[in-house]
Amino acid sequence: MLTHHRRELSVAATIAALALVLAAVRPAFFASDNLLDLFLASMPVLIVALGATMVILTGNIDISVGSAFAVCSVAAGVAAKAGLPMPLVVVAVCAVGALLGAINGVLVAYVRIPSIVVTLATMVAIRDGLRWITQGEWVQDLPAGFQWLGSSQGIYPFLAAAITAALAIGLWWILGNLPAGRAVYATGSNQTAARLAGLRVELVTASVFALAGGLTGLAAILNGVRFNQIPSNAGLGLEMKVIAAVVVGGTAITGGRGTVAGTVLGVVLLGMIGPALTFLGVSAYWERALQGSIILAAVAFDALRVAPRTHPRVAASAT
Amino acid sequence: MTGAAPLGSCSNILRVSGPLLEATAITKSFGAIRALQRVSFELRAGEVHALVGENGAGKSTFIKIVTGAEHADSGSLRVAGQTVERIDPSAARAQGIAAIYQQPALFPHLSVAENIALATGPGGTRRIDWRARSRRAAELLARVGAAIDPARLVETLTMPEQQLVEIAKALGTDARVLIMDEPTASLTDREVDHLLHIVAGLRDSGHGVIYISHRMEEIFAVANRITVLRDGSSVATLPTADVSRAQLIALMVGRELASVYPKRPVVAGDAALELRAIGNRASGVHDVSLSVRRGEIVGIAGLVGSGRTELAETVFGLTPADSGQIVVSGRPVIVDSPSTAIDAGIAYVPEDRRQHGVVLEMSVAANTTLASLNDVAAHGLIDRERERQQARRYVDRFRVKTPSVDAAVGTLSGGNQQKVALARWLSTNPTVLLLDEPTQGVDVGAKAEIHGLMQELVEQGLAILMISSELPEILGMSDRIVVMREGTIRGILDRSEASQARILALALGDAAVHDAPSSPGDNASQQGRRC
Repeated sequence: MLTHHRRELSVAATIAALALVLAAVRPAFFASDNLLDLFLASMPVLIVALGATMVILTGNIDISVGSAFAVCSVAAGVAAKAGLPMPLVVVAVCAVGALLGAINGVLVAYVRIPSIVVTLATMVAIRDGLRWITQGEWVQDLPAGFQWLGSSQGIYPFLAAAITAALAIGLWWILGNLPAGRAVYATGSNQTAARLAGLRVELVTASVFALAGGLTGLAAILNGVRFNQIPSNAGLGLEMKVIAAVVVGGTAITGGRGTVAGTVLGVVLLGMIGPALTFLGVSAYWERALQGSIILAAVAFDALRVAPRTHPRVAASAT
Repeated sequence: MTGAAPLGSCSNILRVSGPLLEATAITKSFGAIRALQRVSFELRAGEVHALVGENGAGKSTFIKIVTGAEHADSGSLRVAGQTVERIDPSAARAQGIAAIYQQPALFPHLSVAENIALATGPGGTRRIDWRARSRRAAELLARVGAAIDPARLVETLTMPEQQLVEIAKALGTDARVLIMDEPTASLTDREVDHLLHIVAGLRDSGHGVIYISHRMEEIFAVANRITVLRDGSSVATLPTADVSRAQLIALMVGRELASVYPKRPVVAGDAALELRAIGNRASGVHDVSLSVRRGEIVGIAGLVGSGRTELAETVFGLTPADSGQIVVSGRPVIVDSPSTAIDAGIAYVPEDRRQHGVVLEMSVAANTTLASLNDVAAHGLIDRERERQQARRYVDRFRVKTPSVDAAVGTLSGGNQQKVALARWLSTNPTVLLLDEPTQGVDVGAKAEIHGLMQELVEQGLAILMISSELPEILGMSDRIVVMREGTIRGILDRSEASQARILALALGDAAVHDAPSSPGDNASQQGRRC
């Protein structure tokens, strides 16, 4: 069991080490206000990262999530201003996200365009389309029921935490217990073998993109309700944070291997770095450099671990 | 004869008195499989030396060792009288050894001149002299009698033109030893004739050519000597003049069955699978009709590229049939995808397990149930315990050596991986099982076990259609043998009347090879085929 979860354990150990250093040097880091900020900032990243984990597990990638996030945020504001009741706003925004994801998914799975190309195109197209429609204006004068999803500032974090936890646990359970989850791993691990086994790999691929889109919509609304206006450039750079967290969490960028727990830990680690550096008095300029190093270390770790397996013939002939 | 004259006048060929290439007692094993056993081979200047043998006789391995792609376990290699200690691909090139394969290894998006210059010209950072490159390419192409504009992109060339570019490239590196591995497999008769002229020209100008081909005519037309490989050993080296075609075939196959096959006759039941004139235009399979009854093993023999695997892929719905009919247990079925094939009762254990058969990262249990997940799922939920039980049943029954059913399949040996692949397909309760090279790359012990399993399965009423490149396996395990060539069936032999020589004669087309009309469509599909 330990060897199976080596990555999750090493990320958890890194988080623990960082927490210990902070506890010893800057105990103020653990003030509830700070932790709450940390959670609220990381929550949308985590929800989007759950979807991205599925996409990456199938051997694909979605770099349009930041743009989709912006569209969904604006859509949430517009729908709320139009007088839609909040539950319907949530459903509508998730549907918008799922639709955007499904477009990517269909192009990747059925038209067979590489996902990096498809989502690069949609990333740019969606973002610039939105900019053109909104003329860069923010959505303001949101109705009273919009903020905090109609709850209060005190209750909202618990609500958001419950939703996020439910999503993570639900996804973890699906990947482990449903034939559909097995199909996701098989598709990413060996698409030909999966197809030969009668799995509908195209449907699996298109579905994970749609699901990831729906989750992006949910993340957008949970993030949007924290403010009293919605910027039309929301989610800039979100795709990089998300992919970084998934990769650091041990999901193979080539697909077929990875866990929800790893992604959760990856989001926590990368989300902690910035505030931790601030608390430790290190210039914020180092944050990205350090994040980059962590990603590189994670990928190198994968490459070194996988290398012997991908050259079985060499290994065999060397004996 | 346009090719030979300029070649003959070429003066930069070093004349050496001894052999150009001398391999002595080369031995090479891959794991438990002995690919080459003390093979000795000599190539003289001005000679075409043919290397023949069945699929798997060790020809490719030998070539890999000579070109430095693999290292011999023991034995020595001398090039132009010099012992070469460790040879790698760049050292082989420097020694004047060049190989030309069935599928040319050129850069499709670069021009002919650039392709030739990359292999022959000086590298480094000097400015490229495009005109000199182009001139040099034109000169080399003229030497092989090819009228190809050096400025053309390689992707616009036909297969034979690409081969000529490869030869020109080899000449440009001053290669003295040319290795041609099945160079004519995708050529038409006229193109073959032209290529053979070029080869003869190379021979006459003092090059040494190692020529590998399944086509007897070519060998007898162009080779001075023939070396026969069988089961990794060199069984004879003879001057072409001293051997007849029949003798050569006998040398290639003439052996006792290496092991005892567990085949026992089973009373065959109803027809499990009937193919009625099925074909797939894209993969070149056409007009295939055959039937397999319950309790019967039908073997499909044929050379690599004869359409055996393509047929299996059509039956399994990967490249759905665009003509003809598939009938399972008397019911016509429409197979347009693997999942419809599975539903119809067809299972397919593909060739090349690592790529297509098993999912290496997943556990033995997950691999076993991948094609039949609904059987171990209750209310749409995978029942992990039931999954493990099912996997354990197969692990016990097939004697799969694995620490547990939770171990990743990638950690098992080849034979055990193959057993897991079998378990996956038997979990779907098939009516007919398609096996593509079921024992390729597994060791002798596992091989016997897999054969034993096949026998058990047909005794339980399964029908098996087995593709194999190993003639002893085909002869040892099949009730009937279907021989394919060029995408269709060329003969069906009963177990009692089959022999290696008869199968090989049908597979090679013997005298008829070059007479067989080859339509342009056939050629296009052959080019796309892997080798």
